[in-house]
Formats: sequence, structure tokens, C-alpha cells
Amino acid sequence: MISVGHYLAVSAVLFTLGVLGIFINRKNIIVILMAIELILLAVNINLVAFSAALGDLVGQVFAMFVLTVAAGEAAIGLAILVIYFRGRGTIAVDDANRMKG
Amino acid sequence: MIQLIAFYLFATIVIASAAMVIFARNPVHSVMWLILAFFNAAGLMLLAGAEFIAMLLVIVYVGAVAVLFLFVVMMLDIDFAELRAGFVRYLPLGTLVAIILAAELVFAVGAWSAGGVDLAARTAPVVSDTSNIQQIGELLYTRYIFLFEAAGIVLLVAMIGAIVLTHRQRGGVRAQNVAQQVRRRPEDATRLVDPGTGQGVEL
Repeated sequence: MISVGHYLAVSAVLFTLGVLGIFINRKNIIVILMAIELILLAVNINLVAFSAALGDLVGQVFAMFVLTVAAGEAAIGLAILVIYFRGRGTIAVDDANRMKG
Repeated sequence: MIQLIAFYLFATIVIASAAMVIFARNPVHSVMWLILAFFNAAGLMLLAGAEFIAMLLVIVYVGAVAVLFLFVVMMLDIDFAELRAGFVRYLPLGTLVAIILAAELVFAVGAWSAGGVDLAARTAPVVSDTSNIQQIGELLYTRYIFLFEAAGIVLLVAMIGAIVLTHRQRGGVRAQNVAQQVRRRPEDATRLVDPGTGQGVEL
């Protein structure tokens, strides 16, 4: 039968793939944002799995909050990406130095 | 039995499409794989009995976030081949970090299943005779109302932020100014003159 361990394994693999995606697509910020979405999806799967396993609904309420933050983050991130592209004509972020950081 | 088959189907597809998201050559294909991953994750959550989160995943992630990604990828004129230049160079380091992270996660799951820590009593136990959506609604509108409103504020700030960031005033356009039109009064706009014969009027 399916246990919470199965869900944890899926979400661990998903989380690892998200982190790997950030590392190997270092120049392409669109794929980096998608990898962050994958990481947040893994977190949500974890929250829901524990919520179902423990019989406690708070995990699902918090998963909704994580989902909201993920949506807001995608909107702001893509907006910053659009204005960055307007100014530079490229989205290669590994040489972004406008703020001299 | 059928639950097990469904779980392994959803889990396999979600992991395979997540791998395709980060390895696909074309970001448009990445977005398509991301949509597939979200759908199958929604299936996984449905299997765990979280119908509300599953529907939210389909509506918010597939309906809003993925479409937003698709719009941005297709509207910007980007040379994606150039962006993949460092792909092979970063692969060893990325794989190393991923393996360390995976080992840590396996260790954490092992430690949890070996006994774990019993943190606290259930704060909102599942009631078996009502549906998942009704229970979450009752929680969200009573005990977690501030969390719910905080989520609304997060979305509002994100919306205003995205509009403020991407809005730009174009010069040289002759747009209609409704306020100016409504403010216009007869005495400002017309002039009554009484020119002498043969003098004409000055416009």
C-alpha cells in the first residue's frame, strides 16, 4: 500500500531535480524560475503527504499559502525579467551587474 | 491495487517531466513539461485525499503561472542557444550538489521513519463525514482567516508590483484625456469677438 514514505521519495526527487536545474541552467533565468516552481511543488507535495498521513488539515491550509507565494513570486520575477530584457536586450543573468553588487 | 498503479503512474510522469523541464533545449518545451508535471502532481494530491489543493494546483499553476511563463518566453526575442553555453561546465558541480542534497533528504526521511519526534497534538483533525473542501473552507474562514487575508495581501502586492515594474509611459502618443475633456468649459474654449469691418479675426 502507499505510505507517506512513497510521497516523501517523490518529493525528494522533485526537490533535487529543482536544485540541479538551478545549477545547470545558470544563464537562463526563465528555466531557473521554473526550477524554483518545481522546488515549491515538492514542498507542497510534502505538506499534503504529511497532512494526509497525520490526519491534520493545517498542512493543506499552509500548502495553499505556499501556492499563493509561488504565484506571486512568478509574477514579480517575470516582471523583473521583462524590464531587465528591455534595458539589456538579453536575459543572461550571470553577468548581471547593474546594481554593482 | 488501482491506487498503487495510479500512484506509480503519476509519480513516474511527474519526475520524468520535471527532468525534462530542466534538460529541455527549448524553454517553450520546458513550460509544456512543467504543465504536465503540475497535472500529475495534482493527481498525486488527489490520491492523498487533498482535493482542494489538487484543484488549486490545476487552476493556479496550470491556469495562471504556466501561461504567464509561456507569454514571457514567447514575447521576448531571446537567443536560447547562447544561453545554454555553460550547460556542460556547470553539470559536475550541479550533480555534486544534487547528490549531497538527495543523500540528506534520504537521511532525513530515514530518521523520521525510525521514530521521529512527536511534536504536538493535532491542531485541526480531519473529520471523516464531511468533504475535504468543506473542512478546509471551515478552517480558512474561521481559525486561519488572518492567513487567508495575508495570502490575499501577498497577491495584491504582487499584482501592483508587477504592474508598476512593467508599466511605461510612451512619449509622442495622442491619447484621449477624459478628465481634461470633462473639465473643458464653454468660456475657456470659445471667444466672442466683435471685429470691425474689413479687419478680419485673429485665430
